[in-house]
Amino acid sequence: MEYIPNIIFAVILIVGIGFFARNIKKLIRNIKLGQEVDASDNKPQRWKNMAYIALGQSKMVKRPISGFLHVIVYVGFIIINIEVLEIIIDGLFGTHRIGLSILPNTVYGFLIGTFEILAVLVLVAVSVFWIRRNVIKIKRFLSSEMKGWPKSDGNIILYFEVVLMALFLMMNATDTEFQNLGIGNIISQCIAPLFDGVSPEGLSAIERTAWWLHIVGILIFLNYLYFSKHLHILLAFPNVYFGKVEPKGKFNNLEAVTAEVKLMMDPDADPFAAAPEGAEDDVPAKFGASDVMDLSQIQLLNAYTCTECGRCTSECPANLTGKKLSPRKIMMDTRDRLEEVGKNIDANNGEFKDDGKQLLGDYITNEELWACTTCNACVEACPVSINPLSIIMDMRRYLVMEQSAAPMELNTMMTNIENNGAPWPYNQMDRLNWKDE
Amino acid sequence: MSEELKVPTMAEYMAEGKQPEILFWVGSAGSYDDRAKKITKAFVKILNKAKVDFAVLGTEESNTGDVAKRAGNEFLFQMQAVMNIEVLNAYEVKRIVTCDPHSFNCIKNEYPGLGGQYEVIHHTQFIEELIASGRLTLGGDTYKGKRITFHDPCYLGRANSVYDAPRDVLKKTNANLIEMKRHKGTALCCGAGGAQMFKDAEPGNKEINVLRTEDALETQPEIIATGCPYCNTMMTDGVKFKEKEAEIKVMDIAELIANA
Repeated sequence: MEYIPNIIFAVILIVGIGFFARNIKKLIRNIKLGQEVDASDNKPQRWKNMAYIALGQSKMVKRPISGFLHVIVYVGFIIINIEVLEIIIDGLFGTHRIGLSILPNTVYGFLIGTFEILAVLVLVAVSVFWIRRNVIKIKRFLSSEMKGWPKSDGNIILYFEVVLMALFLMMNATDTEFQNLGIGNIISQCIAPLFDGVSPEGLSAIERTAWWLHIVGILIFLNYLYFSKHLHILLAFPNVYFGKVEPKGKFNNLEAVTAEVKLMMDPDADPFAAAPEGAEDDVPAKFGASDVMDLSQIQLLNAYTCTECGRCTSECPANLTGKKLSPRKIMMDTRDRLEEVGKNIDANNGEFKDDGKQLLGDYITNEELWACTTCNACVEACPVSINPLSIIMDMRRYLVMEQSAAPMELNTMMTNIENNGAPWPYNQMDRLNWKDE
Repeated sequence: MSEELKVPTMAEYMAEGKQPEILFWVGSAGSYDDRAKKITKAFVKILNKAKVDFAVLGTEESNTGDVAKRAGNEFLFQMQAVMNIEVLNAYEVKRIVTCDPHSFNCIKNEYPGLGGQYEVIHHTQFIEELIASGRLTLGGDTYKGKRITFHDPCYLGRANSVYDAPRDVLKKTNANLIEMKRHKGTALCCGAGGAQMFKDAEPGNKEINVLRTEDALETQPEIIATGCPYCNTMMTDGVKFKEKEAEIKVMDIAELIANA
């Protein structure tokens, strides 16, 4: 009978991690619905970006207040999780504070003391975050795409963090043995007096409850990630690694188009000739993107990584001047549609059944796409190297090359380029006239 | 322009069996747009003054295809690119300078994948180079102490991380360079990029160029300096909208340097 708690613990742990693993598998499958893309270039630069931008949070601190607070929560999250290691060992083997028997008391005290201080700092930072989202009314948290679930999601994550930190401190405060040791209880010793009247049995019961709720809470939070915007705590790292390493102004040249253009420009080409051996003869079904499957796997990873902070939208010239375009909404729409496609596949035994919907039109409108100035402000602003502009461009390509649905003035401009090599209706032979004017 | 501009073409150089040190890519705006033509001429004036051995393609130049690409027309872009690359490669062009950040970005980053490998620089970089090597000297104190603010073109700044060259050149005029709140990486677009120059804006509550002009006006400038013909048009329109055209000039860095 004495092993029952250990068994219960192991079961909870396995179920918690198992569910999480299942969702991660689903996430990977969904990302793989996108087009494969070669990102094997520039490896040193990619690792460097991951170290500086993801691990080092270099872009977060461009906005000092939210950046600094975020660093606290981030460091707190990583370091306090060392404590989880102890909880898991204790839980599985029925020990109590195994760290005390492995480490010298001073080292253990130093570690727990650090965790306690970080826990308080995290509580302060999270409170400020909550105030920023709910009281101060910062513009980027109030956009139309942030109504409903995205808003609740943001708050739920903050509540989770408050509860987890509070349970951690409570667990320490009610651990009589730990308090009597008098080291590392730098914060919890101030909470302990609150429980002065409680019997030793009562204290122990509170301590056990806090301990169990803490680990169960962590597992629930872990599983909440997939359903929330909070996946960035994991995906920021691969996402930054796969982020653009070339100049931001360099847009990819569509290879399928290159093949056709080469054929058109080559006077010796035989348009009826069979494709040379080894050449790709699978002409893509379409140019550009109208749905998530047309986007690249990196773009889909971008969508899952987005934590809806809205720094992109707050720098977007179109959005700042009241246009409908919001780069954050482009990312949220892409993820929502990808999730919809994923659920469709789950419901249809692993195969996607046409649902008569697509990303273009049902989620993202032409009006949003045409409002973009391709200025790269959103790309520059993103703290985790997401590229909303690339999705906008791929969808414009679909509109223009598959649907001839460009705004009329742009069609005029393009006709001019085709006819006389300039966006305006001037004769190519007049190109040098300026020198004599 | 009072003094005669010397604008040799690649064809003329070829006929003499010579290669110029650099090709000046004029671009569609620089060739046809009335305001941008002044920038082109100012830059040629600088090139002549510094005795730079340069040439233009003239009637053999065609639109880079950049604006078609940003509008989503990859076909048209690649057709234009392949045609231009054929001409540039036939003349064995190695180095290109242009006053248009869009041409700069397009030829520098997007032509190599289609067979066009060149060293491409923006005119502000070339001017900086000319000053540094002593080929161009700035006389007089035309801009000494004048309040000048520089608007970063997206395709020069964010797109290619060229932030210092235009500023260094401006500092050489002894002007009082004042930064807008949003500058360099966080500079606001003028509103012309992504083919917006050629269409009306989507419904909103303000024009982007007006918002950007307001950024500039906050610095109380005497001159708003630009490095892009499209930005120039947008900022000029913004200044007119704010009815400040009597007090504030919008000038390309080439125009500033040509008069310095």
